[in-house]
Amino acid sequence: MKKNWWKILTVLLLVFTVAVGMLSEVPRLAILNETIRNLYFHVPMWFGMILILLVSVVYSIKYLRKPSFRNDIIAHEAAKVGILFGVLGIVTGMEWAKFTWGEYWSNDPKQNGAAIGLLIYFAYLVLRSSFAEQQQRARISAVYNIFAFAALIPLLFILPRLTDSLHPGNGGNPGFNAYDLDSSLRMVFYPAVLGWTLLGVWIINVKSRLELLRQRIYENV
Amino acid sequence: MLPLSNYTICIVPLRKITKVLFKEVIYLMQKDFLLEWRQKYAFNGMLLYVSSTVFVCYLSFGLRSNALQVPVWNALFWIIMLFTSVNAIAKSFMQENRGRLLYFYSIVSPQGIILAKILYNACLMLVLALICFVFYAFVLGNPVEDIPMFLLSILLGAIGFATSLTMISGIASKAANSSTLMAVLSFPVIVPMLLMLIKMSKNAMDGLERAASLDELLTLLAINMIVVTVSYILFPYLWRS
Repeated sequence: MKKNWWKILTVLLLVFTVAVGMLSEVPRLAILNETIRNLYFHVPMWFGMILILLVSVVYSIKYLRKPSFRNDIIAHEAAKVGILFGVLGIVTGMEWAKFTWGEYWSNDPKQNGAAIGLLIYFAYLVLRSSFAEQQQRARISAVYNIFAFAALIPLLFILPRLTDSLHPGNGGNPGFNAYDLDSSLRMVFYPAVLGWTLLGVWIINVKSRLELLRQRIYENV
Repeated sequence: MLPLSNYTICIVPLRKITKVLFKEVIYLMQKDFLLEWRQKYAFNGMLLYVSSTVFVCYLSFGLRSNALQVPVWNALFWIIMLFTSVNAIAKSFMQENRGRLLYFYSIVSPQGIILAKILYNACLMLVLALICFVFYAFVLGNPVEDIPMFLLSILLGAIGFATSLTMISGIASKAANSSTLMAVLSFPVIVPMLLMLIKMSKNAMDGLERAASLDELLTLLAINMIVVTVSYILFPYLWRS
C-alpha cells in the first residue's frame, strides 16, 4: 500500500480534474467561451507526451549503457504511451480548433509539428517490427529513439516560435501566459498535468510488468 | 607538481586520438572517393535520376520556361532534392559487403567511419545539388533573384541532408526491408530541416535582404550540429552489431 500512494494520488487528481474542470467557474472569454475547459484535457496531453517520451529516451540511453531486457521494454512501452497521448492531444486539439478557429486542421505550425512528431514515433514502431532478433532490435531501435528525439526537439520547441501560429504564446513569448491563466484555471491546470502524466506512468508500469512476465513464461516453456 | 603532470598525461593521448581520428577520416574518405571513381555507377545513376526527375516534372507541368509560380518552383526543387538525397545516401552503408564491413570494424574506430561517411555524403550531395539546380533552372526557368543566397541554402541543405540521412541509412541498413524503412525513418526526421530550407530559399528567390534569413540560417546550423553530435555519439552502438 505504501508503494502505491501515487496511484491513489493519480485517481484523486483525475477525479478532481474532471469534476472541478467541468463544473467550476471559468473566465468568460470571447470565442473561447466554455471550450476553455479543454485546457485541462488538451494541454496536459502534450505535457504528458513530452515527459513520457523523455522517459522512453532515458530508458533507451540506459539500454545502450547497460543492455537489459527491462530497459528495452520500458522504452518501448513508454514510446507507445507517448503515441497514445499524442493521438489524444491531436484529437482534442482538432475538436477545440473546430470550435475556435473554425477548422479541424488549419495548417498551424504546432499542429503540423505534432503530426510529424507522431510520424517519427510510428516509424519507430515500424523499425522495431522489422527485426526478428531481439537484441539487435532493442539496440537499433534505442539508437533511433535517441536520434529521433533529438530531431523532435527543434520541431516542437524551436520552429513554432519562429513562425506565426494560432496557438497562444507564439510569435515571441514562449509561455502560455497569453491565456490569462487566472488563478482558478491554474488551480485545475497543474493538477491536471500531474494527473494525466501519472496516469501515463501507471500504464507504462502495468504494461511493462505484463511484458516482462510474458517474457518469463516464454523462457520457462 | 602532481596535478600538472596529470594534466599533461591527460592531454597527450587526447591530442593523439584526435590526430588518429583525423587520419582515419581522411583515409576513409579517400577510399569512398576512389570507389566512386572506379565504379561510377552510383554517381552516374544519381545523375540520371536527377535529370529524369526534373524532365518528368517539366513534361508533367507541360509548360514553357518561367511559367511556374515561385512557391511551386521552390517546393518542387526541394522535393526533387529530398528524393535524390534519400536515394543517393541510402546506398552509403548498403553497398558495403559484409566482409569489408568486418575488415573496417577491426581496423578503424566507428567515429572515424561515421564522420568520413557524413563528409563524403555531404560532398556527393553538394555536387548533385548543384547539378540539379543548374539543370532545373535550365529546364524550368530561373526565378531566383539572390543567387549567392540560394546557393548558400543549397550548401546548407546538402550538408543537412547528408548529416541526418547518413545516420538513418546506417540504421536502415541493419533491417530487413531497408529501402522502405529508409524513407519511413528519414522523412519525419528531415522535415524541420526541409521547412527551414524552403523558407530560406524562398527569401533568396524573392530577393529579400539577407538579414531576413539569418534566423533560418542559424537554426539550420544548430540542427546540423545537434544531428552530427548525436550521430557521433550513437554510431558506435550501431556499428557493434
